[in-house]
Amino acid sequence: MILHELMSYELLRVIWWSLLGVLLIGFALTDGFDMGVGALLPFVAKTDIERRIAINTVGPVWEGNQVWFILGGGAIFAAWPPLYAVSFSGFYLAMFVILAAFIVRPVAFKYRSKRDDPRWRSVWDWSLFASGAIPALLFGVAVGNVIQGVPFHFTDDLHTIYEGAWYMKFIGLLDPFSILAGVVSFAMLVMHGGAWLTLKAQGVVQLRARMIGSIAALVAVGAYVLAGLWMAVGIEGYRIVGDYVTNGPSNPLHFEVERTSTWLSAYADRPWITVAPLIGIVGGLLTFLGLRAGREVSTLLFSKMAILGVISSVGLTMFPFIMPSSSDPQSSLTVWNSSSSHLTLFIMLVATAIFMPLILMYTAWVYKVLWGKVTEADVSENSHSVY
Amino acid sequence: MEFGIVELSRLQFAVTVMYHFLFVPLTLGLSILVAIMETVYVMTNRPIWRQMTKFWGMLFGINFVLGVATGITMEFQFGMNWSYYSHYVGDIFGAPLAIEGLMAFFLEATFVGLFFFGWDKLSKVAHLTVAWLVAIGSNFSALWILIANGWMQNPVGAEFNPMTMRMEMTDFFEVLFNEVAQAKFVHTVSAGYVTASVFVIGVSAWYLLRDRHVELARRSITVGAAFGLAAAFSVVLLGDESGYSATHSQKMKLAAIEAMWETHEAPAPFNLVGFPDQEARETHYAIEIPWAMGLIGTRSLTTEIPGINDLVAQAEDRIRSGLIAYEALLEVRENRDATDPTVMATFEEHSADLGFAFLLKKYVDNPLDATEAQILAASNDTVPMVWPLFWAFRLMVGLGFGFIATMLYFFYRASFKGMNFPRPALHLAVWMIPAPWIAAELGWFVAEFGRQPWTVDGVLPTAMSVSALSMTEVALTLAGFVIFYTILFIVEMGLMLKYIRKGPFQDVEETEAWNTRHNDRLAGRKNPDSIAMPAE
Repeated sequence: MILHELMSYELLRVIWWSLLGVLLIGFALTDGFDMGVGALLPFVAKTDIERRIAINTVGPVWEGNQVWFILGGGAIFAAWPPLYAVSFSGFYLAMFVILAAFIVRPVAFKYRSKRDDPRWRSVWDWSLFASGAIPALLFGVAVGNVIQGVPFHFTDDLHTIYEGAWYMKFIGLLDPFSILAGVVSFAMLVMHGGAWLTLKAQGVVQLRARMIGSIAALVAVGAYVLAGLWMAVGIEGYRIVGDYVTNGPSNPLHFEVERTSTWLSAYADRPWITVAPLIGIVGGLLTFLGLRAGREVSTLLFSKMAILGVISSVGLTMFPFIMPSSSDPQSSLTVWNSSSSHLTLFIMLVATAIFMPLILMYTAWVYKVLWGKVTEADVSENSHSVY
Repeated sequence: MEFGIVELSRLQFAVTVMYHFLFVPLTLGLSILVAIMETVYVMTNRPIWRQMTKFWGMLFGINFVLGVATGITMEFQFGMNWSYYSHYVGDIFGAPLAIEGLMAFFLEATFVGLFFFGWDKLSKVAHLTVAWLVAIGSNFSALWILIANGWMQNPVGAEFNPMTMRMEMTDFFEVLFNEVAQAKFVHTVSAGYVTASVFVIGVSAWYLLRDRHVELARRSITVGAAFGLAAAFSVVLLGDESGYSATHSQKMKLAAIEAMWETHEAPAPFNLVGFPDQEARETHYAIEIPWAMGLIGTRSLTTEIPGINDLVAQAEDRIRSGLIAYEALLEVRENRDATDPTVMATFEEHSADLGFAFLLKKYVDNPLDATEAQILAASNDTVPMVWPLFWAFRLMVGLGFGFIATMLYFFYRASFKGMNFPRPALHLAVWMIPAPWIAAELGWFVAEFGRQPWTVDGVLPTAMSVSALSMTEVALTLAGFVIFYTILFIVEMGLMLKYIRKGPFQDVEETEAWNTRHNDRLAGRKNPDSIAMPAE
């Protein structure tokens, strides 16, 4: 097989770096509103029928949305094996908590309305809340940690060794900057959930969602700007030093890395990336206005814009770093040293080029079939078949 | 055996994967059975088939969701608990996993929502298409995960790269068309079809015994028996195919399953039963079927199948060869910019045995320091524990033949005796419900336990594959998964039983309401037939 030689290893790595972004953004745009609706559930919906309306706005689609998360795991495994190995074993207990949330959530959706007992339903409602709110927060906390660097190093055989006691891998994640990053992601997804409910629900559920969603939009923008300022003054960055090749074997130990005073020097080197945070901030503010004004379709689009801007700004700022090591910068994972082989990247690109357009097409069709508001009548008339 | 991080991680993997596999077989089979029922409904337009589709579809949904939920753990657990494995073989193993997501998970998960929520939003044919897409999606996911698993059993299409210290793919199509993977795929999905058929027949038999939902139950048994009969034959035949492919890819596993200590003159006999003794390396009280092993394993009368003792001796040779590769590897890594070509040549000559040198890492940090005794111990480690494999295999095969007999019987009664089933047979069918699950779990056990001490056969030892985690962390998450899964399992069983007891919905009011809405919508459509009809 020589077909893969048609594309340079370097180009494939950059493409897969952007596909990593596409997956994360795809996950946040789709599953994000599921998590947001979960986090909003106890506050926007008080009675059983209100809750069922809120739940059924995501009822038919959460399963497909969740696949973005699973595909994210699979794609990182296939395209960035060292990242997969280091991050999931490194954030071990945090990963467990996220997994637990993603395990309980499907069950809560499916089983909640299968019994009439109010206590049964209340338990599942709070499970939906926790399984939306906790990952929404933890994803941001993880990003906050990655920005600051994570304490790990490689042995000569490329075993990953994590520094520190086991509980520090969880408690240690919760430093102030990372918590701020967690607030950004939490508020952003609550905003997104609010925008979704504005589109899909009516009456009191929609009103409450708009109210809480608009507050969340302001919090998200504020926390995001604050985190940006913090990065300008208090967070060190990383850079590769010396001669290096961008199409060499994926071995972090072949690179020299040192710390710099800030990540934000990237904006001086590549001024065009400023567009990403701008999209994030403007999108967030527009979402706020849209929620206030009660605009439905456009608000959801603004919210998507905000998420797109915020997530891509993190990736673009750190490029080419993916996961720096704070304790041994040389072990840092970058675009140039932690990908799969040339052949595997190419094959995965072919597979993605075939299936991703199909997925987008049939997902769009499903959303179209399900277009329209979920009403009280929908829920009560189909009491057996809906959630 | 010392119980350390490796054993704990293995236990966690075994628990989570076997738990996951409680739900998967039923998903695989029931998705297809439901789609078949809906096809009959669309073709005949008889409401009973719609009712069957909805009823079995609902049970499918209760089961499906736990398959999804427990599957999430699997996708991430490699990175969490097996990070060196992930680094070492991710280049090959990750690809089918990601393609599984792209090709299968999205398909089934996107359409499963529409299956449940789309009854009055879609035309009949469109809804039927959705049902089939869910079934195809589920079955595709089995294909890709078994390509990944097949590669662990028979690592083709890849080679070790000393620069990146990992295995890298050299030929995707070899990985894709790996004979082990293909045989395993058909064997596994057939097992799923048998599971669903036994489930459908069992639940229906329970209704017949109570004289409830007779029409639905009889038809369900007919569908289940026809489908199950084909599947039961397929599962046994493809199981045999798996055995045949193991003859050249996993000789040790085959010999261990068979408890064949010495190489026997061809054609070897098959030990029907016996008591394997690992210490003494012999099988007591064995009852042999002459020639059978040779015929199953090699499909010839002249090809020899190596016994365990000979394989251990071969492993010892490969460890010594692996040590040469390891020594050369260190030199290659040391001078990566200017590697001596002769060293490189030495490495390449022996690199296929590198994994065998890693077997010594269990005893010494640097395999080159290993003593003769340690080399001997490591070669003995290549023998998996024999008696559990020996018995698990026999139990599984026995159940497999049992399924063929059951399906034949029910198929005969359904086709030629006017769907009349004697009560003892119905009782038997109810009691048989757990049997396919037992067989499926045994099958996994044989495949995975039989691969030990390797995660990737001959390439990477299990002991080396784990993450550098503390016992506390793994114990915590293991406890978490066990508690969590047990609660979910109890809840699931409770709901399953509740809805089976309740039976198909025959809610008059709901049907009336549905009819009214349906008629309202029909008034505005030119082609009324294109909208699904309600159940009775």
